[in-house]
Amino acid sequence: MGKLLVNDKQVVVPGEIIAEGMDFIPTAGTYRDKEQVIASKLGLVNIDGRLIKLIPLTGKYMPKKGDTVIGKVIDITLNGWRLDINSAYSAMLILKDATSQFIARGADLTRYFSFGDCLVATIINVTSQNLVDLTMKGPGLRKLPEGRIITVSPSKVPRIIGKQGSMVSMIKDATGCRITVGQNGVIWLQGEPRSEMVAVETIRKIEAEAHIQGLTERIQKYLEKKKESKENGLQEKA
Amino acid sequence: MVYKKRLDGRKFDETRKIEAKTGVIPRADGSAMFRIGQTLAYAAVYGPRELHPKFLQDPAKGVLRCKYNMMPFSGAGDRVRPGTSRRSKEISMVTEKALLPSVELEDFPNAVVDVFIELPQTDSGTRCAGICAASMALADAGIVMKDLVSAVAVGKVDDKVLVDMTYDEESYDGEVADIPVAMMPRTEQITLLQMDGEITKEGLMEALELAKKALKKIYEVQKNAIKQKYELK
Repeated sequence: MGKLLVNDKQVVVPGEIIAEGMDFIPTAGTYRDKEQVIASKLGLVNIDGRLIKLIPLTGKYMPKKGDTVIGKVIDITLNGWRLDINSAYSAMLILKDATSQFIARGADLTRYFSFGDCLVATIINVTSQNLVDLTMKGPGLRKLPEGRIITVSPSKVPRIIGKQGSMVSMIKDATGCRITVGQNGVIWLQGEPRSEMVAVETIRKIEAEAHIQGLTERIQKYLEKKKESKENGLQEKA
Repeated sequence: MVYKKRLDGRKFDETRKIEAKTGVIPRADGSAMFRIGQTLAYAAVYGPRELHPKFLQDPAKGVLRCKYNMMPFSGAGDRVRPGTSRRSKEISMVTEKALLPSVELEDFPNAVVDVFIELPQTDSGTRCAGICAASMALADAGIVMKDLVSAVAVGKVDDKVLVDMTYDEESYDGEVADIPVAMMPRTEQITLLQMDGEITKEGLMEALELAKKALKKIYEVQKNAIKQKYELK
């Protein structure tokens, strides 16, 4: 019988031995060396029965199939658009996956998406060389109108979204902003300038405290306080 | 004359006081500070990011680029000429090779991870301090790694084998050997081994044993420093 050397939800550094024995199975962020299961990243240990997983605490975005990301058009090629997706690798959006409209041969592609446009798109394929293909066909996938774009650490995105989107809905309800969060850590916001600021501050707070327990309650209180001070501010003006 | 007592009163197997911290450079993807005695190293890691010029890209695996630099005011008062020198270029290269076995390059083909090491204050053991800081910064950047890399200099002054020499000890008028060692502590795999001066085979083995012990302690300091950033406040 193997034995665990660290507790669940403990922070480990690369090279740290998590468990000994063949009955533990290393998954994401860990590897096996003979009898030992070892961390290969800085992260939180997640033990699920015999499976050992690492939840990364930092790191740049690595494209993954099925992720919905926000990208910016940086180039237009013969058969589509090249997008910067806040990663070491840029992504391709080909004509076929971009729109259901008919695009004539030799048409001016900037009429659809031009340089600097921000798009919400889903990754349909990632090759071994990290060539990334995107699609715009799907619910919620669109060209983003004017608003504010911020970037956060991609490892914090799950906490910003929350369980079934609970965290981001909370911010939306409290500030009245429209928010879209990309898995690559790019976030688009649109709303009243003042509430946009509140939303950005809240997101920054989540980013800083993502690994500390009781996050939802803290953020709820924070938003309530912000709302109160805003109302008081309005009264003073009146 | 025989070297009986160390100039700063340390034991022969005792390193100088070590201090370490990560996240010291907020705009970098990962960063770390490592201080051993009067030697202070800062490392900043950027990437994985796109590699330009394009001909440097490797489709099979990623590239690790290191830059070691001593600041002009960092020495004992003699101004270090700024910019790349033969020495800094060599140390950049050995630092890169010391870190390479720990980094999983296959994870980011065609891309690059840049490591910048700056030394605002130096008193020997700079490449070792730089490697320690760089390894911590790589972990802080979330790079996939097999293990951390710890480094320390061991050596011989007269007939005494000792660890972590200061500049004054290195300039001792007599038989001196200076041996920087870097190691991945879990597997005890050595990733850097250089020497200045001369030493017998037995002396070298003794020195390496001493290095191993010191490196385990340095590893603990590095590990705790990386974790500290995520501790409850």
